[in-house]
Amino acid sequence: MIGASKMGVGLCETAEGMGYSPDLCSYARSDIACATVNGGPIGGLPRPDMLVCCNNICGTVLKWYEVQARYFKVPLFILDTPFCHVGFADEAKRYVRRQLDEYILFLEKTCGRKMDNNRLKEVGKLSLEGQRLWQAVLNTTANRPAPMSAFDAFFHLALIVTLRGTRDVIDYYSQLLIKMKDRVARGKGAIPNEKYRLLWDNIPIWPRTRWLSQKFASHDACLVADTYTSAWCGTMKYIDENNFFDSMAEAYTRIYLNIGIDEMAKQVLEMIDKYQIDGIVMHSNRSCKPYSIGQYDIQKIIEKERGIPSLMIEADMVDERSFAESQVETRIDAFMEVIKQRKGR
Amino acid sequence: MTLLAEFHDIACNPAAYGKKLKKAGNRKIVGYFCSYAPEELIYAAGAHPFRIFGTGENIQLADAHFQAYCCSLVRGSLEAALVGRFDFLDGVVFPHTCDSIQRLSDIWRMNVKGSFHLDVVLPVKLDTPSAKDYMTDVLTRCKSDLEVKLGTTISDENLKKALRTYNQIRKYIREIYEMKSADPDILRGADIYAIIKASMVMECDRLLTLLPLVLEELKKKNNIAEPPEGKRVILAGGICNHPDIYRIIEEAGGAVVWDDLCTGSRYFENLTEESKDPLTALALRYLTRPVCPAKHAGLFTRAEYIVKTARERNAQGVIFLFLKFCDPHSFDYPYIKEILDREGIPNIKLEVEDQLPSEGQLQTRFETFIHML
Repeated sequence: MIGASKMGVGLCETAEGMGYSPDLCSYARSDIACATVNGGPIGGLPRPDMLVCCNNICGTVLKWYEVQARYFKVPLFILDTPFCHVGFADEAKRYVRRQLDEYILFLEKTCGRKMDNNRLKEVGKLSLEGQRLWQAVLNTTANRPAPMSAFDAFFHLALIVTLRGTRDVIDYYSQLLIKMKDRVARGKGAIPNEKYRLLWDNIPIWPRTRWLSQKFASHDACLVADTYTSAWCGTMKYIDENNFFDSMAEAYTRIYLNIGIDEMAKQVLEMIDKYQIDGIVMHSNRSCKPYSIGQYDIQKIIEKERGIPSLMIEADMVDERSFAESQVETRIDAFMEVIKQRKGR
Repeated sequence: MTLLAEFHDIACNPAAYGKKLKKAGNRKIVGYFCSYAPEELIYAAGAHPFRIFGTGENIQLADAHFQAYCCSLVRGSLEAALVGRFDFLDGVVFPHTCDSIQRLSDIWRMNVKGSFHLDVVLPVKLDTPSAKDYMTDVLTRCKSDLEVKLGTTISDENLKKALRTYNQIRKYIREIYEMKSADPDILRGADIYAIIKASMVMECDRLLTLLPLVLEELKKKNNIAEPPEGKRVILAGGICNHPDIYRIIEEAGGAVVWDDLCTGSRYFENLTEESKDPLTALALRYLTRPVCPAKHAGLFTRAEYIVKTARERNAQGVIFLFLKFCDPHSFDYPYIKEILDREGIPNIKLEVEDQLPSEGQLQTRFETFIHML
């Protein structure tokens, strides 16, 4: 929200004034600063009673939450999900599963009440249903023209991120799915004249999504899918609907960013086929090392396996100081020229 | 001290030493990253553990894999591997630490051929019962993986011998640190740097011969009573690959009397309990040792440790030495600084890439800092 409302630079600078290096993650920098000045688009978040974090996306989350736990002086629970370079080892599975028990103890102690296991099952079912619906929404973009773009997905994503496990997610995505199916039936595309279909990789450049979407649309290019929004429903295959609690250990551990680069490349290749992709736009995001380091290798794998071109945009998800508009524009234009030539216009 | 020449030679060019060792053909050589790599297991398997450092060369090949915002350790070590400087390695062990090393491991596995690859996915949390059991499980798996990759079995007897060997080496190095701390003039900072860096790549037998000789020499020197002159400082951070830093600090009127570095005291602090089950004992050492900021052992553990070390070592100041783009250290810096300030311990931060800033600039910074102490 801070990034999208273009409040990132100010908050990042505040964090830098507090001693945090400008090379650190801009989500972390802006949140750390936001807490101290009640800043951002909604004037800061309510003061927490406890903090919970999971390092399945990065080691930064751990450091960031340590900072916040010291700041707010509240208990911190860390769900430690061992990285899966080439697979999910049995001992890692046991470790994560045991931490879920420790997590419940933490919650019971901090909240002062017992876990309601029936409620847990219900939330698990709602969570899985929400993920299924979100995936179904994303699947509609396999149609030509795509009824929505990745830029729309960046927006609608908010619910699966913040309200997963509630009825609201299901209601919202059910409606959205009906709307998208209707657009498909009517042949209505996200952009007026979809000729080229692109895949976005990495976290959005939040303050520049509108500019980017218009830029690509001006080339009749639609970013029809992305590796980011699909990460919230990417591990459904590990979830057992009737045993959500036990299976969530695996689902949380094997998410997109917690796997090896070659495994990520495999998933990108699947998306290329599924969404009939003509080219990849990679955001080399200086804030996010787990997502960005390895992109060069994924790029090479894609070029070798599918022979499609890719564009690397050097930027940052929140900190606009790392966005060089004219340079990005030139590169997008050149990249689109290549795509157009390959597609024979 | 002529004894030190060997350490300096090896610390200057570890890869040349590795190559020579390979030529001698006695053992397989297994490279490793970071101070959480279970060297004891590699040694017990009859192989030689060899710590990998960046080699400071021009980055060319690694640029095809790493963006500019990756630290010099990951870029430099991959570059060295890609140009074939580590061809003598039979395998490489990657303990899980930070996001950058995590991805370096993937990239290495996919691009560096000719040696086996082993990930040791350690817990990130170190202070819970489940993490303790998982740490032991991971080391158990690492042991059996090494057995397969090296085509051998690790007997309990060999493992216990490895624990004893490494304990002895760590005791010696710690004793050298202690002597330097008691009398900073006894040894140049660059010497202690060379000793510890070389120790991470040298053969254990050779270390067990050389280190006691170094100690003996130091004890002789110790009798010369002249009050030490330098202001006492502690170096804290990740990896130090710059022997010049010590000299520049000394020339500015300081003396490094202890450190909290991955290529320093974190390598030798805490011994492995020899009476316990070896794998449990190794796990316990990692859980209780001074912690790397990529791991979690409490919210204030690192600051408390640095304050305690500064007090114990009578240090007048702390110099933070970070690699640029090192996230874990950069996140910890503001709160540790705040606590040091509150405790009245002066401190400065120096962020370095593969090359140091100009010497004049460093001199001025260190002089200003040290004069203030």
